[in-house]
Amino acid sequence: MTTESNAIDKLRSHCSSVEVTTFRDQTRVVVPRHELADALALLHGSLEFDLLIDITCVDYLGYRGATDRFGLVYLLSNSTTNERITLRVMLNEPDLSVVSAVSLWEGADWLEREVWDMFGIQFDGHPDLRRILLPEEFSAHPLRKDYPLQGRGERHNFPVLRRGEA
Amino acid sequence: MSLTPVELPVADRAEAEHDYVWTLNFGPQHPATHTTLRIVLKLDGERVVDAVPEIGYLHSGFEKIGEHLDYNQYVTVTDRMNYISPMANNVAWHGAVEKLLGIELTPRCNYVRVIIAELARISDHLLSCGAIGLDVGAFTFFLYAFYQREVIYDIFETLCGARFTNSYTRVGGAMNDINPLVIEKIRDFLKNFPRTLDDMERLLNRNRIFVDRTKGVGLLSRQEALNMSASGPVARASGVTRDLRKDEPYLAYSDFDFQVCCATAGDCFARYLVRMDEIKESLAIVHQALENLPSGPINVGVDDRTALPSKQQVYQTIEGTITHFELVMDNRGFEVPCDESYMATEAPNGELGFYIVGDGSPVAYRARCRPPSFLHFALFPRLIRGHTLSDVVAVLGSLNIIAAELDR
Repeated sequence: MTTESNAIDKLRSHCSSVEVTTFRDQTRVVVPRHELADALALLHGSLEFDLLIDITCVDYLGYRGATDRFGLVYLLSNSTTNERITLRVMLNEPDLSVVSAVSLWEGADWLEREVWDMFGIQFDGHPDLRRILLPEEFSAHPLRKDYPLQGRGERHNFPVLRRGEA
Repeated sequence: MSLTPVELPVADRAEAEHDYVWTLNFGPQHPATHTTLRIVLKLDGERVVDAVPEIGYLHSGFEKIGEHLDYNQYVTVTDRMNYISPMANNVAWHGAVEKLLGIELTPRCNYVRVIIAELARISDHLLSCGAIGLDVGAFTFFLYAFYQREVIYDIFETLCGARFTNSYTRVGGAMNDINPLVIEKIRDFLKNFPRTLDDMERLLNRNRIFVDRTKGVGLLSRQEALNMSASGPVARASGVTRDLRKDEPYLAYSDFDFQVCCATAGDCFARYLVRMDEIKESLAIVHQALENLPSGPINVGVDDRTALPSKQQVYQTIEGTITHFELVMDNRGFEVPCDESYMATEAPNGELGFYIVGDGSPVAYRARCRPPSFLHFALFPRLIRGHTLSDVVAVLGSLNIIAAELDR
């Protein structure tokens, strides 16, 4: 379901630059990185987007017409009116850290851990930002576009356990 | 000589106070986890003080593979995500792809997809209810459930040739049309299954052991369910009245008369009851869809170059051959917009959505899957805290954690 203009207007009045696009009945909003905390708090609070559907990330390395490296995507929904909104933040190396959403939606905990694991984006204020799917010894972030589908490596990072030290 | 107690250093004192807490590794290989996952349990005697889920044992990089397989090929990978209801994953994936590509399905295809998605829901709920029965000691119930799952497998086998990993849907349609034999088998199932379902309910709903072991165990409040992004039967058992089939009707769900099953207790027993009720609603939906199945083609027009032509068309008509060639060759294929969209379906486990980024090529630039199990397993420590070790399996069973979907 599309987002009512009320929510967009409120976001516009709170953030300095809000870029709104619509595609296939979905409203997408891009906010600047330093205003992400405000935007999330506003959406969670007075706009009542109480359901965090997903947090994911897209690596736009080599994507046609893209100017930023990473796009962090928050899919939110309002459980009463069934409105949906997609909030995006653009991130660039070397500063890949954003504010954590765990204090607003506890469901963000594992989702943010997965984004950290797969894309190496840090969430400030996350209670337990460890890798979730890959082992701690893993050194890369495999869903980045510069990580190959096949190849050698990574395995060297893992310590070889002998029977005695296991 | 007077005995004075030895003063321990502060750090040691804290440790000594928790000396009675011991650690137990549950999994990764354990019959009651059903899949490969590990939970590190901190126990005080038999009471669970804390649980730390450790996942990733089945991580196979499905999302990375999604960036290298085209829109029709990737459906085989979605089969392997939630492998106890692969049809529902097929429907979710191609629903999301068609939303991105802007393809309108034919009415017949909408109905067929509803039928297979609901049959998948029945088979998924049968397994998850059966498994929780098995884990708390109701073996007969599990066998009843598995016998009926076998019937559904048989229907799928007649429909598409595969029992388990169906890969039935295609962009703009399906692999083949539903044939009279399948319809007859589904009718048989609709006729015979309700009797077994009644038997199953009589076996467990008032079973003293089952009720004692599931009622009041693993409580999840409505507020927590919303805040922790629970969906599907887990959320509905806690009083969240959210069902995407009603709230955002996709496919042909707006044509059917069915109820959203909810409970307010939020415990394992409520989740079991919600699933059993949903089976009945799914039966009603399948019945309505089958009786009102529209005629006409199942795929959108072959000439539009949006659906793969049937094998007969490919081999016997020049238009079919050309369309097949155009769609399969690397440098041709579908007209994909350089944009991104998200589409969610109400899978048996909850909201299963795909966030797809298209870049004009026949392969998705990013194929993010929003797995319901992943978010439900995050609830686990909260649900189990304070309960006993034997409740671990009841809570795990009621959440229906599928590790292949959890880790992707």
